[in-house]
Amino acid sequence: MNTNSNNPHRRDDTGATVSTFPARELTLLALLAMAVAGVYLAMGAAYSTRMLVEAACYAILALGLTIQWGYAGQFNAGVMGFVALGGFAAMSFSVPVNEAFWASSLPGELGLVLIYILGAGLIVFAASRLDRLGLPRTLRTVVTVLLALVLYMVVISQFREVTERIEDQVEFVGGLGLPTWTGWIVGGLLAGVIGYFIGHVCLGLRSDYLAIATLGIAEIIKAFLKNSDWLTRGTATVSPLPWPVPGPAEVGFTLSRALYLSITAVIIAVIFLLLHRAYNAPWGRMIRAIRDNEESSAAMGKDINRRRLEIFVLGCILMGIGGAVLGSFNGIFDPQGYLPLNHTFLVLVMVILGGPGNNLGTIFGAVAVYIIWIMSEPLALYVMELAAHVGQANFDWEMPTNLESRALQARVFVIGLLITVVLRFAPKGLLPEKVKHHD
Amino acid sequence: MNEFVFFINNVLIAGSVTGSIYAIGAVGVTLVFSIMRFAHFAHADMMTFGAFMVLLLVTLFPGAGDAIGVPTAIVMLPLAMALTALLAVGIDKAFYKPLRAHGVKPIVMVIGSLGVTLMLQGLIRLFAGTGGQSLYVDDRKEIFRLALPIEGVRVPVVITEPQLYLFVLTLVAVVGLHLFLSRSRLGKAMRAMSDNPDLAKASGINTNTIVAVTWVIAGGLAAIAGTLLSMDVTFKPDLSFFLLLPIFAAAIVGGVGHPYGAVAGGFVVGFAETLAVFNWSVLLRPIRDSLPDWLDLPSNLALVGTEYKIVVPFFILVAILVWRPTGIFKGKVI
Repeated sequence: MNTNSNNPHRRDDTGATVSTFPARELTLLALLAMAVAGVYLAMGAAYSTRMLVEAACYAILALGLTIQWGYAGQFNAGVMGFVALGGFAAMSFSVPVNEAFWASSLPGELGLVLIYILGAGLIVFAASRLDRLGLPRTLRTVVTVLLALVLYMVVISQFREVTERIEDQVEFVGGLGLPTWTGWIVGGLLAGVIGYFIGHVCLGLRSDYLAIATLGIAEIIKAFLKNSDWLTRGTATVSPLPWPVPGPAEVGFTLSRALYLSITAVIIAVIFLLLHRAYNAPWGRMIRAIRDNEESSAAMGKDINRRRLEIFVLGCILMGIGGAVLGSFNGIFDPQGYLPLNHTFLVLVMVILGGPGNNLGTIFGAVAVYIIWIMSEPLALYVMELAAHVGQANFDWEMPTNLESRALQARVFVIGLLITVVLRFAPKGLLPEKVKHHD
Repeated sequence: MNEFVFFINNVLIAGSVTGSIYAIGAVGVTLVFSIMRFAHFAHADMMTFGAFMVLLLVTLFPGAGDAIGVPTAIVMLPLAMALTALLAVGIDKAFYKPLRAHGVKPIVMVIGSLGVTLMLQGLIRLFAGTGGQSLYVDDRKEIFRLALPIEGVRVPVVITEPQLYLFVLTLVAVVGLHLFLSRSRLGKAMRAMSDNPDLAKASGINTNTIVAVTWVIAGGLAAIAGTLLSMDVTFKPDLSFFLLLPIFAAAIVGGVGHPYGAVAGGFVVGFAETLAVFNWSVLLRPIRDSLPDWLDLPSNLALVGTEYKIVVPFFILVAILVWRPTGIFKGKVI
């Protein structure tokens, strides 16, 4: 049977692990289960189920980040942007149709402007190819830039006119009234497309540049969603967003949230299984080989930039889906509610604490960190009040007025501290990626 | 001519102001990058920290500036620079040095610096609250209105006191840094280490000293930039995320690891921002009557709205990464 036993280079996958009993995993999962049970006892079923659903949504985001950071060593500092895109897609696909908008002449005008934009883009693209007709390259560049500027000004002023009319007459374009899951899928696709462009520009360069660019694109997406009142109602927010399951009004808070939780659990299970297969497949081995030693994988003939782009886009798609699920669950689309702390750095902590590259560890990290995050809000307030009272009694401190908002800022500090401490003392996370060694 | 003065106020002066701030910030980022080889994300929060130190000192000694006739914030600036430099060295000792000793990849240092940025932000917000505050506690912000001696010009050129200080200090900082890097022993050692760390170490340069000096310079410059920005507008604890992108764009435009390039990059990004949000139809107003009829100019000819200002540095960043990733002055580290 084992014909290769004399081959010194055979892949011996069985003899490497010392103990097959996952004691560490079981202990940590048991502790987590106890924590969840504790929250249920302390805060009631409705609250705790909501917390679990949100934790599950964050787990999807964390899975997206863990394949970027853990599988491929790419650091995405703009998770927030992809989450917001997902939320936007979920909103605009599931919210009821705005009849006033579609009854007016505005959709036609908007479509015309979009066609103009497309046409202008084509003209500029054509101008950028003028050197094929024998034009000097510098002249081509000058022509292209000038043409781009003029056409941009023309279409953008028309676009502004139309969007202003939409805001004046019908408030915003409304949704499409489609089932919620269509928005979730489109959210993933939208995030993937943006991720493709970012990755295309940055992935061949130093890894720091990707972090800078993603940080920027996240702020830009937020600024766009916040200021495009015609598309998203901006700061006026859109609510309620429909759920794919019966809402609280029909079956009560706990049951409806439990139903939602089961949907997110199914999504996580599907993603988990697919990722697990991909990790152990030749593709996954190739990805890890590139992460661990770029030069040697390049020497083996692997197309490094292409693999990197694949994994980055895949991670962004997962973030878009997670953001869409989270957005639908929140029931309100508020572009200002997307904060780097809550939607980027919290996810980062989940991944590096749980174990980058280990999907089970990431899900564990997501739930554990989210429980700490939610529970830290009352705890921080309590500690602040205690400190303020002690200070007032003993040292004549002035009682700060906005204690609640300041207590929330303490969490910013804690997240930052957590990131640095984990990187220093547990760089592989609580449940490290299992790397097989072949002696 | 009124339109031209408007252009001076809104583009030349405003662009120089933002350009100077970005330039000082980008120099710090680029120095850290060239010595320690990672993008230091906590830089913008070190700027905020410097401004916060000034705010604290100004609230403690509000009358200090009156004695010599300059704003109190300027008097307190050297002290704040020292404190920020101390903080920068302390942060390095506490958080970055252990990571370096472990020999982690640069990207892990980047994540560590993001952790530091959150900690700084949390601390500043904890103590300063979340609202904006003026750095002029006891004294008044002087605003100079210079009327041009030209017939028919009603609009004066407006420049404020902190802006003048900003221009002077930027000049002093750039010249001082140039002299330091080109003349002093430490500066030369820094350049050697930026060129080739192993060779520098082998030729007897104490790399630990160089790292500390780099942090002192970066911290001091960050304090200058943060304070002058906060004097010009107001002190806000959540400045940093809006400053990070332009500063990094400036550093990359100038060529990473290239201090003079960073200064140039800062002004490129600053002017690009102000030019992009400037409403060009104002300048075209005098010649509007002589334009042909078919050309119907819209009232708003700004490239992007003010709310999309952040798109400009991002666009510059992407453009430079696509066409010339080494920056206009050919930075060393890609």
